[in-house]
Amino acid sequence: MEPVIVTEKLTKKFDDFVAANELTFEVGKGEIFGFLGANGAGKTTAMRMLCGLLKPSSGKATVTGFDIYTQTEQIKKNIGYMSQKFSLYDNLTVKENIRFYGGIYGMRRKEIAVKTDELLSMLQLQGEAKTLVSELPLGWKQKLAFSVSIVHDPSIVFLDEPTGGVDPVTRRQFWDQIYYAADKGVTVFVTTHYMDEAEYCNRVSIMVDGVIAALDSPAALKKQYHSSSMQDVFYQLARNAKRKAD
Amino acid sequence: MMISVSHITKTYNKGTIHAINDISFEVEKGEIFGLIGPDGAGKTSLFRILTTLLLADSGEAKVNDWDVVKDYKKIRNGVGYMPGRFSLYQDLSVEENLNFFATIFDTTIEENYHLIKDIYEQIEPFKDRRAGKLSGGMKQKLALCCALIHKPVVLFLDEPTTGVDSVSRKEFWDMLMKLKAQEITILVSTPYMDEAVLCDRLALMQEGKILTIDTPEKIRASYPLQLFAVKTNHTYKVLNELRNYKDTESCFAFGDSIHVTFKTPTDEKTISKYLSDKGDTDLTVEKIEPTIEDSFIQMLKN
Amino acid sequence: MRQLFVFIRKEFLHVFRDRKSLLMLFGLPITQIVLFGFALSNEIKDSKIVIADYSRDEVTRKITEKIEASRYFDVEENLQSAQQLEAAFKKGKIKMAVIFPENFAEDLLHSKKATVQVIADASDPNVATATTTYITQIINDYNMTSGNASMQPLQIIPEVRMLYNPELKGGPNFVPGVMALVLMLVCTMMTSVAIVKEKELGTMEVLLVSPFKPLDIIISKLTPYLIISVMNLFIILILSVTILDLEIKGNIFLLVFESILFILTSLSIGLFLSINAETQQAAMMGSMMGMMLPTLLLTGFMFPVENMPLPMQWLANLVPSRWYFIIIKKVMLKGLGFSSVWKESLILISMTIFLFTISLRKFKIRLE
Repeated sequence: MEPVIVTEKLTKKFDDFVAANELTFEVGKGEIFGFLGANGAGKTTAMRMLCGLLKPSSGKATVTGFDIYTQTEQIKKNIGYMSQKFSLYDNLTVKENIRFYGGIYGMRRKEIAVKTDELLSMLQLQGEAKTLVSELPLGWKQKLAFSVSIVHDPSIVFLDEPTGGVDPVTRRQFWDQIYYAADKGVTVFVTTHYMDEAEYCNRVSIMVDGVIAALDSPAALKKQYHSSSMQDVFYQLARNAKRKAD
Repeated sequence: MMISVSHITKTYNKGTIHAINDISFEVEKGEIFGLIGPDGAGKTSLFRILTTLLLADSGEAKVNDWDVVKDYKKIRNGVGYMPGRFSLYQDLSVEENLNFFATIFDTTIEENYHLIKDIYEQIEPFKDRRAGKLSGGMKQKLALCCALIHKPVVLFLDEPTTGVDSVSRKEFWDMLMKLKAQEITILVSTPYMDEAVLCDRLALMQEGKILTIDTPEKIRASYPLQLFAVKTNHTYKVLNELRNYKDTESCFAFGDSIHVTFKTPTDEKTISKYLSDKGDTDLTVEKIEPTIEDSFIQMLKN
Repeated sequence: MRQLFVFIRKEFLHVFRDRKSLLMLFGLPITQIVLFGFALSNEIKDSKIVIADYSRDEVTRKITEKIEASRYFDVEENLQSAQQLEAAFKKGKIKMAVIFPENFAEDLLHSKKATVQVIADASDPNVATATTTYITQIINDYNMTSGNASMQPLQIIPEVRMLYNPELKGGPNFVPGVMALVLMLVCTMMTSVAIVKEKELGTMEVLLVSPFKPLDIIISKLTPYLIISVMNLFIILILSVTILDLEIKGNIFLLVFESILFILTSLSIGLFLSINAETQQAAMMGSMMGMMLPTLLLTGFMFPVENMPLPMQWLANLVPSRWYFIIIKKVMLKGLGFSSVWKESLILISMTIFLFTISLRKFKIRLE
């Protein structure tokens, strides 16, 4: 599997606080990579570095072949991003949102039009093209937000707790979308607090106190920690974290 | 009865949005009662009605035999409430926050220290730290202390663990169990299904309605179909194949496996054969007991 | 009582731990006063003026020499026509014109009286007052020295005309203006934001679901800003007296009393705004657009209200700072007593009571 994210001893310090400490890992093309950790373990810092939003203190990393120190602009063109908090503009219609995000990534008008139709029919939202996003149910918003985040066909999509507060049925429909995208070759880098969702990932890394404490497939991790669930694996690893208060 | 809700309805926007639609339930003293449901199910509106912050359009509700409309002052004196987006005073220290809420409720930290002792000991090392600098889990613990400090008869916790990591969530629930042992009635809401089993009884909510109310065991036992779990390394492929199977009733990813139900009774061998014909050999199929989440998914579908 | 005290203490902690609000609360009045003080400096040197001499006799020449000798003035080329003068004023080339009409010396000799016209650009009122005062002094000097001892003293009467701002608004006038502005800003904006912040944090829900009474919440939210505003008041007054040499002519107790009255009015506006605003941003916008602008435009501090169109004047009457501005001018600058400001005070009192009553009624014991 060709790697799309490669990091080597990637480190970020804020003054004398080491938020992310010598992270070394690879993520392959089309892989669903779960990025777990307790609150304050350094997940957000690591993710921001990979998205080209934060300059590392030391270490090396490339994302889709581009260097995260010098080629952040190229990286940004090749990645998608979605979080539970930031997604769509409530006061724009479904179509306007798609057009806006397509426009941001420099897509041509025709290209956007084709993509819009494709996307709406896939989500079965054809009838809602002119509906304001604020009027959509939460589950639909979430699915639409994901589709919009990959509207420019990025190689990697970063999902930051994408399913918070969503009902179990919608959550699964959301994961169907993730599977579909990964099947098409998009690498999915996802953080979540739902431990059952960790099971859906091809591989999972668990961060504790700024370092990667474990990294493997869910099955292998469960075997290694003699656990029946990822919940238990996570608990064993994160329970002794020192940075709980941070 | 510690809490009794009968036919409560609440609408917004001049009746166009039904936040709560004719809900009734009762909670007994010393019970942990869970309101389980996604965002928009009406959990927060219900909490606000019970804590006298909102007036219902119709119906009646009582907390500790106090009417939520007539006796609102008594309720305000006697209950503890942790709102969903409650985030304390970020610029005050842990101790200052706790002191403030103790005073507002006309008590002192010392007076009810026994109630919060277990929880407070965990955050005490950080008592001089500003609340804004605490982690999500620590904040929730502090907020719980603040809600408990005046020894309420009922504790209302609106999504106390949302956005908190699973270790902190577990610790938080351990604390609720200890409070239950002290006979404090707890009404708690959560979007996390794994927390549901920890409740004595729970109500599954969706779009302002209660789908079912029962103990976790009974809810699970009422699952109408035989559930199968298929484990494979090619989840997405198998998922699609099972969905295309003519007899499939429902099929979705569930943790490390795929949960499937069928329209007509069948057995593991038939399913294995269908999948191996499709080229999937490295897999296991077994009959399993449903979880709360399976039950919820089943009810949402109808 | 203890609860109230603890709550008020908490509010002070919020203020003192937020550098931005501290800067806003104490930096603002200081910079405003100092800025206005130096921008409107009274020091005049080499002010460019024009002397238009239509008489060209001995008297006018002597006076011109005296003016030229003064270090205050820098006399430009003689401009003759009225059009030339007007153009020079408009371009800002000159600050003042001294015009001797024809037959100046003759008039003086025959009727013992002559008029010299002094026109000043009063768009900068401080400069205008200062320059005209100097000119008048120079002419008076000449009157005294040249007067034939045996004869009746000659009289040269300077006829002063102020261009653009005939009432000479400004000078010490800006101190009451700054007082109104700062007190309004601190009380209205800070209180409304402070209350709305609790709504945003979700703490308001907990406070409502506590035995603490809504009235107590209001009192504890307002008290810190009342105290801070009074402190601000004294800072402004002390700075005005020490740095700007302002003389407080009236009774200081009356001044403080009227200021506290205005502070209460502003607090009630802040309270009123906070009840309708759901976010800090909305509260901020409300106080900016709703109070800051009217205070700047309609108090008479920047632009004289009397010269505005009638509808604007009616609108101005609704702005509390307009009345406060009048009161302070009367008390502080003119030294008048309560008997001359009771009407304005009564207006402020009724405004405050009105706003407080509405706010208290609308302050919800529930969320809707």
